[in-house]
Amino acid sequence: MNAAPWVAVVAGLVFAPELLHSTWALTLLSQIGIATIACLSFNLLLGQGGMLSFGHATYTGLGAYGAIHTLNAARAAGVDFPVSLIPLAGGVSGLLAATVLGFLSSRRGGTALAMVTLGLAELVFSVALMGFTFFGGESGIAGNRVTESAPWGVTFASPVEMYYLITAYALLSAVALYALTTTPWGKMLNAVRDNAMRMEFLGVNPQTIRYRAFLFSAFFAGISGGLAALLFERVTPDALGLERSASLVLFTYLGGIQSFIGPIVGAVLMVLANVGLSSLTPAWLLYVGLAFVFGVMFAPQGLTGLLQTAMAQPRAFYLRHGVILFALLVSLGVALLGIAALVEMAYQLQLEASLGSNVAFGTFQLHINRWQDWAAACAIALLGGWFFLRLRHALIERLGAKT
Amino acid sequence: MEFFVFSLLNGLSYGLLLFLLSAGLTVILSLMGVLNFAHASFYMLGAYVGYSVSIHAGYGLALFAAPVVLAVLGAGFERWVLRRIHAYGHVPELLITFGLSFLILELVQGVWGRTALPFHPPEFLQGAAFSAVKSAANGLQWFWGSPAAALCQDASLALSCWSFPAMRAFTMLVSALTLGALYLVLVRTRLGWIIQASRTHPAMLESLGHNVPRLWMLVFAAGSGLAGLAGVIGGSTFVTEPAMAATVGSVIFVVVVVGGLGSLMGAFWVSLALGLLQTLAVSFDHPLGFGVSLAQLAPVLPYALMVLVLVLRPQGLFGAKDL
Repeated sequence: MNAAPWVAVVAGLVFAPELLHSTWALTLLSQIGIATIACLSFNLLLGQGGMLSFGHATYTGLGAYGAIHTLNAARAAGVDFPVSLIPLAGGVSGLLAATVLGFLSSRRGGTALAMVTLGLAELVFSVALMGFTFFGGESGIAGNRVTESAPWGVTFASPVEMYYLITAYALLSAVALYALTTTPWGKMLNAVRDNAMRMEFLGVNPQTIRYRAFLFSAFFAGISGGLAALLFERVTPDALGLERSASLVLFTYLGGIQSFIGPIVGAVLMVLANVGLSSLTPAWLLYVGLAFVFGVMFAPQGLTGLLQTAMAQPRAFYLRHGVILFALLVSLGVALLGIAALVEMAYQLQLEASLGSNVAFGTFQLHINRWQDWAAACAIALLGGWFFLRLRHALIERLGAKT
Repeated sequence: MEFFVFSLLNGLSYGLLLFLLSAGLTVILSLMGVLNFAHASFYMLGAYVGYSVSIHAGYGLALFAAPVVLAVLGAGFERWVLRRIHAYGHVPELLITFGLSFLILELVQGVWGRTALPFHPPEFLQGAAFSAVKSAANGLQWFWGSPAAALCQDASLALSCWSFPAMRAFTMLVSALTLGALYLVLVRTRLGWIIQASRTHPAMLESLGHNVPRLWMLVFAAGSGLAGLAGVIGGSTFVTEPAMAATVGSVIFVVVVVGGLGSLMGAFWVSLALGLLQTLAVSFDHPLGFGVSLAQLAPVLPYALMVLVLVLRPQGLFGAKDL
């Protein structure tokens, strides 16, 4: 693997607080770091092990609870506990949860595993809502990461210190998880994904391999949860909810599950969508869902896979087909623009009573009571779509004729 | 005794509704190997479509229209989306239905709003099917329909009043009839035999000139239609809201896992058992200590049952062993 880009990324992360003098940007980067660990740990199951878990937030959530309780217990007992190790307590909590839940989840593979993980996640979530003091009811458990004694010279009072802690954990976790995929065990996990029965014939118990994958994955998920607990200083039962698990599935897949970098891209997308897209449009979940469905259908290798395919093409390919590729992208953009305008107007229909009938769409103002606006949006979407399909067909024919 | 009878009937009614839902899921799963994650979303969509039809054209028509609409949508989804990615394997199929469930939720919230809808059964199904009054003077008396109001309100006469909602009885009737018909079609008709054969010998069936992909589309449509029917009934009995898919979705997954993947018999018995278990836990509310009562435990019971079965019999009660 080429080391240069990685050195650049690490250097960029180290100097980010010097370059960005904004707390908001640092918090964003911190969240991306936390999401990166979560998505990478999730992809150990989905990408490396072929295990579609719908309950990964169980481990991040229980890790968060474990971390915040450790923090509060250490404070209550007056122990001088280095706060920088609290995320490890989260990791251990995730690991402990996985010794039981992971065992149950890994008893069956494939489709059954997906259903079992969903059921177990529901189980944990319903228990969390039942009103045990451990989960702290609806308001959750609050904590305070700032210690007066400042073990190892840091108090974690400033976002910069928190950012460095998260970045350190994220880099270490990424290295550890990558190293894990290169071990013989990592290869066996891939083999179980590809053909579990054959592995069993070779004398390897697929259940044991899957179980161990759950343990590793839950440990790192727990670290991610522990960091989130430290960053927000509060953990609510929502951290265990199905929406969190679903969003891990969605964005990890969108980033790409077949490469190691894919989940990192997915994590960036997840935070950007949660923070940016959600404030731009009320229909953001619809866009995410649509992107996911079309991703599964047309680009199962995810965003990273698409970019890798594009970069792997020889220069001659772009010289020969550059124009048609460009036209393809433009028509796709036009079609998406039209569809987005339609979606925004459709959502405004429902909000009309409270927010009026105007939709700000870029620099345009769309009026949902004017039929011309609807017609224009429809026309743009159809025109773009038609050109896209024609160009795609033409490109496939040209590529087919060549080979 | 009468308390037990009414709880039992309520449980059976809920169990049959669960089976109406899980039957479609199981048939699709056993035949095509596709776990339709969006099945519960079809149920929800059925309720919403049923609501819209019922306010314009009445409840009776909604009972027919919603399953038809859902069957058409299901067939379209199978034909244009699922078939395209069938070759990729089961995990992408699962992912795409998961994405679909996401989109349906957004669609429903966009079209019908985020709050619960006033979806009620028609007038004649809103009362009681039969009821019982226990009084000091007359002992236990059974009535068809609702008892005379005076009997229940007079505290000196009545010790306790019980009634079984007509809607619950209607649920039992419709579920039993539909599932009986489904069973007869699968077991007694030529079409049913072909469907059963396509489960084990799809290649041979194609060689004999049957269009297996079309058959699967038909099955997927039928399963979606069943979900739509369950949606009309469930939506009007309980509540029609965007959360209804998530509420019932994981429970029917538990039914399928516990019963054994693709086993219709398993789904039947487990649906009834879960229906009874949850209803009885709520009716026999009893404090268990730790500040938790039996009724609070009811939502957890299906998952606890799943854990138990996974430990003791991972392939499910009626399932075949796999990896």
